[in-house]
Amino acid sequence: MKILVPVKRVIDANIRVRVKSDQTGVETANVKMAMNPFCEIAVEEALRMKEAGHAEEVIIVSAGPEKCQETIRTGLAMGADRGVFVNTEATLEPLAIAKMLQAVADKEGAELVILGKQSIDDDNNQTGQMLAALMQRPLGSYISKIEKNDGGFAITREIDAGLEKLQITCPAVVTTDLRLNEPRYASLPNIMKAKKKPIEILTPEELGVDISNRMEVVQVTEPPARDAGVMVSSAAELVEKLKNEAKVI
Amino acid sequence: MSILVIAEHDKSVLLPATLNTVTAAAQVGGDIDLLVAGHDCGAVADAAAKIAGVNKVLVCDSSTHASDITENVAVLIQARSADYSHVMAPATTFGKALIPYAAALCDVQAISDVSEIVDADTFVRPIYAGNALATVRSSDSIKMLTVRTTAFELADADTGSASVETIDDAGANESIEFIGQMLSESERPELTSAKIVVSGGRGMQNGENFAMLEKLADQLGGAVGASRAAVDAGFVPNDYQVGQTGKVVAPDLYLAVGISGAIQHLAGMKDSKVIVAINNDEEAPIFQVSDYGWNEDLFTAVPALQEELG
Ligand SMILES: Cc1cc2nc3c(=O)[nH]c(=O)nc-3n(C[C@H](O)[C@H](O)[C@H](O)COP(=O)(O)OP(=O)(O)OC[C@H]3O[C@@H](n4cnc5c(N)ncnc54)[C@H](O)[C@@H]3O)c2cc1C
Ligand SMILES: Nc1ncnc2c1ncn2[C@@H]1O[C@H](COP(=O)(O)O)[C@@H](O)[C@H]1O
Repeated sequence: MKILVPVKRVIDANIRVRVKSDQTGVETANVKMAMNPFCEIAVEEALRMKEAGHAEEVIIVSAGPEKCQETIRTGLAMGADRGVFVNTEATLEPLAIAKMLQAVADKEGAELVILGKQSIDDDNNQTGQMLAALMQRPLGSYISKIEKNDGGFAITREIDAGLEKLQITCPAVVTTDLRLNEPRYASLPNIMKAKKKPIEILTPEELGVDISNRMEVVQVTEPPARDAGVMVSSAAELVEKLKNEAKVI
Repeated sequence: MSILVIAEHDKSVLLPATLNTVTAAAQVGGDIDLLVAGHDCGAVADAAAKIAGVNKVLVCDSSTHASDITENVAVLIQARSADYSHVMAPATTFGKALIPYAAALCDVQAISDVSEIVDADTFVRPIYAGNALATVRSSDSIKMLTVRTTAFELADADTGSASVETIDDAGANESIEFIGQMLSESERPELTSAKIVVSGGRGMQNGENFAMLEKLADQLGGAVGASRAAVDAGFVPNDYQVGQTGKVVAPDLYLAVGISGAIQHLAGMKDSKVIVAINNDEEAPIFQVSDYGWNEDLFTAVPALQEELG
């Protein structure tokens, strides 16, 4: 089995983002970037499946500007075998990304695609669902467990009311929730080795995908700030304030 | 304008998130139809017909929909999509999985987690864990959106008189088999619609200590939530998680106990009306967004509060 893992380069989760003064987006110049945390979980799961003997090859794919190759290298340093980089400077929406991923998955003959459930910059939570729809393959969204079996995959999903179990056939598309695993760190020797692993470079045109936008970003603004209130020092004082001042109990 | 709202229900009860979504649909303006896909879901269809502002309820009562399989609901939407300018569902795990899937079937770019309707084509949505608000305009012929339920009031659930039309299912996907669910049972109000939420974090130390918060929540008539750290440590189940990648809540009162206030947690609760924080670290960032802060050990503060509330 070949596993394809799409990864996104995002602003590091620990950075406090700032909205640009011209309201066109958030400040990205000189900001620390990293692999989207949910994608790290996806890479980890693919590697574990390979280590358990269920997969022969783990391929990392990312679409975007030149720097995305660094994010692919991060996946290779974790232990993936090779990379595919779709190079474009265009603003990418999830539907366009899903179409490019479909083209790559078809070309590679991937039997499992593991995506993150959500990119922590745009907070879309869309690409995996769209890819499953385009490829007409079963979707396992928000998974916290996946096991290969004869029929395909037994998955557990995190849903609002608790957990849900599904059996899906192979080939399939799944998206990772936080509790699927704890991603490994890349060791120094593996970081060195990753430098030699191959990355194929493609363009949206070569994949035959129309990536034109369906959405226009009119403006990006700062949300209204919340002010710090007062400190209390006893239960009596807190209850009194909640009853008489805030009137919420 | 004609809008299709996808109802979320548990076969017997229509979930409140549907009512928030109807309010968002009403702000777009136009005829609102409600799709109820389920099995033995007559009671849900009846309830749906009573929602104020709904024109018509489309009921697909079929064993295909005995469980919510994204694919099976999505093909129903696709089959009807030509009749609508907008398709909307709540931004719950149900809606968030469904809408992008249906949108891709219709070659439409979905819009997630809409918190404000500017006009029929233009919507506001939080990005970067709520650190920024993006206003986006869609050029697709159908707008497919999920709605942040806390940003819209509940529609009136009693005064409507919609017509009810039965529709056929569009087939069951053979590649997916429903095995089962492990649902959290609770007598308390549902987390996302509770008026009061008491949440615990890593400071709670273990699952047993959450009993203190449960007692407090019961005294206040509220629900219990948690930070990711508390869920990851196994203190409470995953469905307690509040935040960027968990549930979004906006109760009248949010009480954060032993929670530091990471940006990803704030993303799920900072629209609460009143925030109270109990933390023994006076530098904890949660105090910067709290209306009332109490710098105290929670193992002293929570029992004292319980006693005060008697
Ligand atoms: C991709 C991603 C997604 C995430 N999504 C979410 C999400 O949806 N929701 C979420 O919550 N987090 C999320 N996080 C995690 C988030 O960054 C924080 O790690 C998490 O919220 C911390 O939880 P906490 O406040 O309980 O723990 P900590 O940050 O460890 O804070 C514990 C607090 O308890 C206080 N404390 C300890 N003992 C006591 C005591 N005896 N009395 C009083 N106070 C005490 C401490 O002073 C401290 O402030 C996400 C992170 C990432 C990277
Ligand atoms: N530019 C991209 N290149 C490759 N994969 C991506 C890209 N954007 C999103 N993805 C994948 O889709 C997942 C969900 O992203 P999103 O739909 O944007 O929330 C991510 O975790 C990645 O696995």
